[in-house]
Amino acid sequence: MSRADAHADALSVHEAPTADTLLATRDLVIDIPERADSSPLHLTVNPGQCWGILGPNGAGKSTLLHTLARLRPPRAGGIELTGQPLGSLSRPDLARRLGLVFQNHHDGFPATVLETALIGRHPYLRPWDIETREDVDAARAALATVDLDGMEGRQVDTLSGGERQRLALATVLTQDPQVLLLDEPTSQLDLHHQVSVLQRVREIAGGERRAAVMALHDVNLAARFCDHLLLMFPDGGACWGPTRSMLVPAALERLYNQALSVGEVDGHPVFLPRVE
Amino acid sequence: MTRSFLLAAGVLLPASLLSLVVALAWGSVAIPLGELPRVLTGEASALHATLITELRLPRALAAFAAGGLLGVAGALMQVLLRNPLADPYVLGLSGGASVGALLAMLAGLSMFSVSAAAFAGAMLSTLIVFGLAHGTGSWTATRLLLTGVVVAAGWGALISFLLAVSPTAELPGMLYWLMGDVSHARHPGPAWGVLVFVVLAAMPLGRTLNVLARGPMQAAALGVSVRPVEWSIYIAASLITATAVTQVGAVGFVGLIVPHMLRLVFGNDQRVILPASALAGGILLTLADTLARTIIAPEQLPVGVITAMLGVPVFLFLLYRSR
Repeated sequence: MSRADAHADALSVHEAPTADTLLATRDLVIDIPERADSSPLHLTVNPGQCWGILGPNGAGKSTLLHTLARLRPPRAGGIELTGQPLGSLSRPDLARRLGLVFQNHHDGFPATVLETALIGRHPYLRPWDIETREDVDAARAALATVDLDGMEGRQVDTLSGGERQRLALATVLTQDPQVLLLDEPTSQLDLHHQVSVLQRVREIAGGERRAAVMALHDVNLAARFCDHLLLMFPDGGACWGPTRSMLVPAALERLYNQALSVGEVDGHPVFLPRVE
Repeated sequence: MTRSFLLAAGVLLPASLLSLVVALAWGSVAIPLGELPRVLTGEASALHATLITELRLPRALAAFAAGGLLGVAGALMQVLLRNPLADPYVLGLSGGASVGALLAMLAGLSMFSVSAAAFAGAMLSTLIVFGLAHGTGSWTATRLLLTGVVVAAGWGALISFLLAVSPTAELPGMLYWLMGDVSHARHPGPAWGVLVFVVLAAMPLGRTLNVLARGPMQAAALGVSVRPVEWSIYIAASLITATAVTQVGAVGFVGLIVPHMLRLVFGNDQRVILPASALAGGILLTLADTLARTIIAPEQLPVGVITAMLGVPVFLFLLYRSR
């Protein structure tokens, strides 16, 4: 057993998948070029759960999310979505069950805010179908939940970074998948919108048939809004389990290679970088 | 979407008809509009009837089909490469076609063989660019674009070489071909067939293309099988460009500015832009060809000169007016 595996097993809490499990990985090793050794992941994401992925730059958070969305192949192991192997689903079928918000957004051509949110309905429409009033209403409702109502006619390239990020979230809300994957959804948001976006994700994932998995950079937001955490170490090791059992200061210090001070605010643990 | 579709249809369909009527009526011999219906009923004078049915009608239809094909090819290439500056020729298609056509002219072959050689050259260029861009690494829009631009530069050098070594008597015909020339087009049937087929086939793909314009990763996450769709677009755009080139030579500018102008007016929904590009491209080339054969009649100008002269100011005006 490698060093990375040994470390992962020390903290990890393994849950066996059940009939309800939305997303399960079996011996999943993500494919990061030039990295020889990663510990296999046995994640079990059940309905109602909100997972946070924490790790330093380059640890493989985005690669993992892209692998879970079948945008790149894993090096080894398998992924199951609602009990079916990910590879056995057609792309549109997959898109109806699982949605991904990317970290970066490329807008090649001019488009309005409403048009951009409306593409979330694409997996539900057959080739000749035209978006119906219900589709437009769904897009408008999604825009309203991220505070973009009233901006439907704006050109996307006139939005600020944070507004563009909230629009990406609105697109995935319009897509309405069971499993929501989010790649640093709050990286460009102001304090209020960080909290309101994560609350919204929490609400959606807290329902009976949905779950969310998001890569985050802020330990304290993750500690506050996620019920499960996956820590991805720079050496390829990983450990995961309920948030409470993962917030071990020594593990977090090793994760970021950064000394931390731990405190308590409003009954929640708070981690701040310790600067000498 | 429905509104801009109806608006585009309401403007462009009558304009298409009008452009064809103008192409029939104008020329070195002007034919009064009242005379046009009489050609159908057989009451027109023999000269007018011959002028229209044997010269102007096939030529106008060929120009319209070729313009439509170039417009659609441009719209497809711009989505494929996610670059508003892409045009049907950006991947070296016109260069390959031109080299093929010039070689056939040098060999003294018939106009039909010149067209066939142009088609073969265009497809050869497509295969070269696709094979090289595919290469060993990943297949990205930027890589494809760069490969195409460099291959096009190579063809450009070959064209200059062929022109330099050609006998002087051959040069005017060659230059006309390079700038676009509808005067040899007599059989617009196949081009119309391709145009109608491509527009009908691309319409249901329109929303998929809208999603693809947001980038391949985003498209895949929304359920698009990106690679097969990209290949289909590439092959379709190459085939229809080659078809257009065999009809009218290397007419520039239509594929670049027509989809772009339409986006400025009707927005960027491919379900509107693709059929609208077919109509607007057809209108532009039909009117341009009519001018090309009337301005200095009985002499004719290369139609590519007129498309650029008409297209540049209209395009700049729309760009200036847009937000």
